[in-house]
Amino acid sequence: MTSNNGTGPMKSLVIIPAYNEETNLPFVLKDLQGFASDILVVNDGSKDATEEVARRSGVAFVSHPFNLGIGGSVQTGLKYALRNGYDYAIQFDGDGQHRADQICKIVSQVESGQADLVIGTRTLPEGYKCGFSRKIGSLIFCLLIRILTGKRVADPTAGFRCYGPNAIRLFSIAYPDDYPEVESIITASRNGLTIAEESVLMRSRQSGHSSINRRKSAYYMLKVTLAMLVDAMRDKIAWRES
Amino acid sequence: MDVTRLVSLLLSGSILTLVIWLIRAGRLREKYALLWLFTCVVIILLAASRRILETAAVAVGIYYPPSLLFLLGLLFLLLVNIGYAVTLSRLSENNHKLAQEVALLKRELEGLKKP
Repeated sequence: MTSNNGTGPMKSLVIIPAYNEETNLPFVLKDLQGFASDILVVNDGSKDATEEVARRSGVAFVSHPFNLGIGGSVQTGLKYALRNGYDYAIQFDGDGQHRADQICKIVSQVESGQADLVIGTRTLPEGYKCGFSRKIGSLIFCLLIRILTGKRVADPTAGFRCYGPNAIRLFSIAYPDDYPEVESIITASRNGLTIAEESVLMRSRQSGHSSINRRKSAYYMLKVTLAMLVDAMRDKIAWRES
Repeated sequence: MDVTRLVSLLLSGSILTLVIWLIRAGRLREKYALLWLFTCVVIILLAASRRILETAAVAVGIYYPPSLLFLLGLLFLLLVNIGYAVTLSRLSENNHKLAQEVALLKRELEGLKKP
């Protein structure tokens, strides 16, 4: 699929899910200058001044009346993209880990129509470092994805993504609530979307900490595994008709 | 009439009264009210006559009739709970959609107010 039925250039939206990101958001928005035409901040019921920061910066923003989680935030962004005629959308974290200069990398395959969903596989100039338990977890997810969909995905938990028109439509209907990254790959694959990966450079975290700590990681593994299995058993979603 | 029977009749009677009061006050929706009314009737019948329980227990091969009572009670609670989990899931899904809709509509409204 190429540009909106051949009329003019493709419209893109950068979605920034933000929960209590008042300190990181100005930095993220500054970083995006020149790399993004339209930006939408999804304030997920933040308790700090995230909404105020977004308002003052002049970018578009929506605010959930209460916290829905990362999945709900991304989905709100995708619904916004669908309703406002965007051709593709980029998920860009509000904590400053993603680099605006890497957006072009994950966009190109969507723009050319080769892929519906592009995942930005994390790399650091000195190699992406992560703990042992995280590596094991990632490995299990890769294996499960392999079994359930037959596809190889190197970094299934990465949140730097580009959604093409088909992905926007599908995920507007069904997108997991919490820990959506891995599960959404299954949803996408089972509903006939083309998934691609692109290596992207990352930044180390500005402030705040990962949403997944050691205590939660066991629950995370179980929940995601179960969700993947359930997803694989579900009926296909009639997203093309919507 | 022995004391046990009197107590159980009083108890089941008060449960029925509670259910009827909740329905009248509009605090229990008809959909669930029917289930609870039915449950009350069963409890009262069981309390009123020991024969019903005994006959039923013997019929399914249970020698100690109260066991049947516990079994049925547990099964009933289990099913009601599954029903609640389903309702809860549906409600939270609706809640989720509503929150997103509110956020998006608020944005549209602000856009309309501006020019």
